[in-house]
Amino acid sequence: MVYKIDPDKDRHYIEEFRQKPIGAHSPGLQRLLNTMRHDPSGKQVVLVCKRPFEEWVLGMMPVDRREPIAIEDGPVFTDIEEAEWEVFRRRWRLLTGESINRPLRD
Amino acid sequence: MLKIVGYPDRYSVAPGEEIAFKISLEEGDRFEARLVRVVNGDCNPAGPGLKFPHIPTGIDGSHAGRPQRIDAGSYMVSEGLPPVAGRTFTFLGFVWPTLPKRGEQVIAAQWDAATQAGFTIGIGDMGRLSLTVGDGAGGLETVRVDHPMLERQWYQLAATFDPASGEVTLDQRPLVPFAVIRDHGQFRGRVRVAARAVDVPFFLAGKPEADGTMGHHFDGKIDGPILLSGLRTHADHDALLAGTAPRDVRNAVLAHWDFSREIESVQAVDIGPHRRHGRLMQMPARGMKGHNWTGEEHAWPNKPEHYGAVHFHHDDIYDAGWETSVSLTIPEDLKSGAYALHARAGDSDETATRETYIPFFVRPPRDKAKRGKRPPVLVLAPTMSYLSYCNHAEHITARGAERQMGRLLTFGHADLYMYDHPELGGSQYDTHADGSGVCYSSRLRPNLNFSPRYHSWLGGPGSALYQYNADTHLFDWLDHKGVDYDLITDEDLHEEGYDLLADYRVVITGTHPEYHSTAMWDGMKAWIDRGGRLMYMGGNGWYWRIGFHKTEPGVIEVRRAEDGIRTWAAEPGEYYQSFNGEFGGLWRRIGRAPNVMAGVGFIAQGFDISTYYRRAPDADNPRAAFIFKDVPDEIIGDFGLVGGGAAGIELDCITPNLGGPPNMLRLASSDGHSAMMMLVNEEFGVVPPNLGGDQNERVHADLAFGETPSGGALFATSSIAWCGSLLHNDYDNNVSRITWNVLERFLDETPFA
Repeated sequence: MVYKIDPDKDRHYIEEFRQKPIGAHSPGLQRLLNTMRHDPSGKQVVLVCKRPFEEWVLGMMPVDRREPIAIEDGPVFTDIEEAEWEVFRRRWRLLTGESINRPLRD
Repeated sequence: MLKIVGYPDRYSVAPGEEIAFKISLEEGDRFEARLVRVVNGDCNPAGPGLKFPHIPTGIDGSHAGRPQRIDAGSYMVSEGLPPVAGRTFTFLGFVWPTLPKRGEQVIAAQWDAATQAGFTIGIGDMGRLSLTVGDGAGGLETVRVDHPMLERQWYQLAATFDPASGEVTLDQRPLVPFAVIRDHGQFRGRVRVAARAVDVPFFLAGKPEADGTMGHHFDGKIDGPILLSGLRTHADHDALLAGTAPRDVRNAVLAHWDFSREIESVQAVDIGPHRRHGRLMQMPARGMKGHNWTGEEHAWPNKPEHYGAVHFHHDDIYDAGWETSVSLTIPEDLKSGAYALHARAGDSDETATRETYIPFFVRPPRDKAKRGKRPPVLVLAPTMSYLSYCNHAEHITARGAERQMGRLLTFGHADLYMYDHPELGGSQYDTHADGSGVCYSSRLRPNLNFSPRYHSWLGGPGSALYQYNADTHLFDWLDHKGVDYDLITDEDLHEEGYDLLADYRVVITGTHPEYHSTAMWDGMKAWIDRGGRLMYMGGNGWYWRIGFHKTEPGVIEVRRAEDGIRTWAAEPGEYYQSFNGEFGGLWRRIGRAPNVMAGVGFIAQGFDISTYYRRAPDADNPRAAFIFKDVPDEIIGDFGLVGGGAAGIELDCITPNLGGPPNMLRLASSDGHSAMMMLVNEEFGVVPPNLGGDQNERVHADLAFGETPSGGALFATSSIAWCGSLLHNDYDNNVSRITWNVLERFLDETPFA
């Protein structure tokens, strides 16, 4: 059986991810991320660079390449880790129904 | 989005030779051009920044430009056939459709696009065999069989047409029947529209369109196509292929293309009496299993009659065929090295990039007599690795890429352009739209990720560089250190072999020299065995074997055979390269592991972060003392622009019993890798539960050194990320010092050992 996210058991990984969105993670967080990063719809969240090393926005790549990538106007990120955190929060909400109302950095 | 793209007609050019640039403008009709030397293509503010010194030449200034398009899709064209539809005719053949539901696809045609006259035989309406006729006066009619074909199953086709009566028979017979499935399609009837016989070329796998392009390409294999006069049957087809056809059938042959002949070429040999040979355009795949492949032979050179299929794709591309926009004769005194044409068509902003750097390399003079005294150092630019990765688009097509990277996939303007322009063709990491692997890659098209300023979704966090642009860190370091060097490309090495290396004492590689032809491999090994000193500045080198085409320039082939990190796998029985008949795949599987060449070989890959090396006991071996001069540090390379450390992306290590020299010193080994840095699959038989670097002790890079018996030496950094650390702290760091110490000693003529 493929692992299903359990918000009660997995909630403590939120803080681990917030502390280090990119890099070595605990096995539990890695399992959570591997699960979150699979979108059965076939769509793919991407990070669109507006200004190299300065500004990024999120985009959604559709299933069919003949359709355009839907690029968001905002939020505009000035730090890639902020974008990782935003995507993590969105996915957590989608999969658990819960909102994470914390910024990446206090 | 990119508003200007282009490509050079060659990646390597010698002084006095001309190089042509083919440029397409999405906006406007003029662009500014100038020649620059490429010193650093990384605009990361954490690094030294972009460095493109301008080299004044006669091309400085404004040039005319226009949009240029790519007409992708492979097909066969044969000249000289009579207007076939003037009399009763039959088309026979086998097909193996790979995208039968994609829409109308042409298998065979003699069609005049301007007047919409002639006939086409194809599939449509979910994969049903069909015949379309056009009278040239607006009349078009299509008839189809009653059942669609299945994907990736062989069908024997027979299509007959009598223009006098309009009678048509179509038959698609599956070679393997399945219970319940109804895919034996048949049609018998008439068309009312009178097909006009047209005196135009005959095509397979596509037809000419009114706009001058080729379209309606067929995706899949075609085997044994035969065109005959009169009404013929499957039995006639079988008899012709078996060589047992009666005289009247043999005499009826208008053309019989046998794709098992001259597989190494782009010629489709007509073995019929008329010799109406065809030409395969845009490089469809050859050496492909035919309808009759049994598995008894896996090498097409040994049994070509089992390899009579050509696999066509609507997204094949060999030559974009763009007109030259500007050309440059390389000045005789231009220093060998990395250069680019900087073409600019306006100001860039966050929505559009209006400049491009089209890279190329200036090699030493081709004529040895003109070379004069050369520097002792040679940089080998891994252009065939750049080419294999040409328009690498797994971030677009492979949905597991984010998980594999361990971070979001970044799209710059080049990636957005790549997404919108699949006709650029994929890399050898991509699959065609039909799921088959891209086994050929040509440089006669824009290569968007072979460019300064390209930041890759695959490169480590930070500068996010991979391949060419990562190599500009090395160019910058060499420039900063004042190293005088020559540069050649993989293609130069392939063409000239050992002779081109012979006069150099030191060869420095790029960060990821992964793809090598037999001639390249042999040339390099011969040089090492004769006292060469190799500085292997990257990871995962000498991994895949490639082949060069014997007549068509600028294209390489790889077969992702039975082992290795593969984003696609060649079909069983299709491991032999069509370009030269060699067994393809990993050099390791051919008995030449990377360790044989460099003393180390591929062990792990991971793209989330890079880490550091920890000094190993061999660092204190007197043989290695020169390497650690002024480097007392325990930790090496815990900094860098590619992933934050010197050990990352792809790693090599010393592995016994793979043919590497046993005297390699393990100077340092990397540590601290995450679970995403994983053991490569040729290193295990049973899948271990501890693939990741956090649990698997084998997942590490070995900084290595060893002497060769002929007075030469091998130095291996064993990491793609190593060069990303060279520039740290204004070039003053332990990675830079180690690299310099090695280069300094390697330049000393005193023999090793």
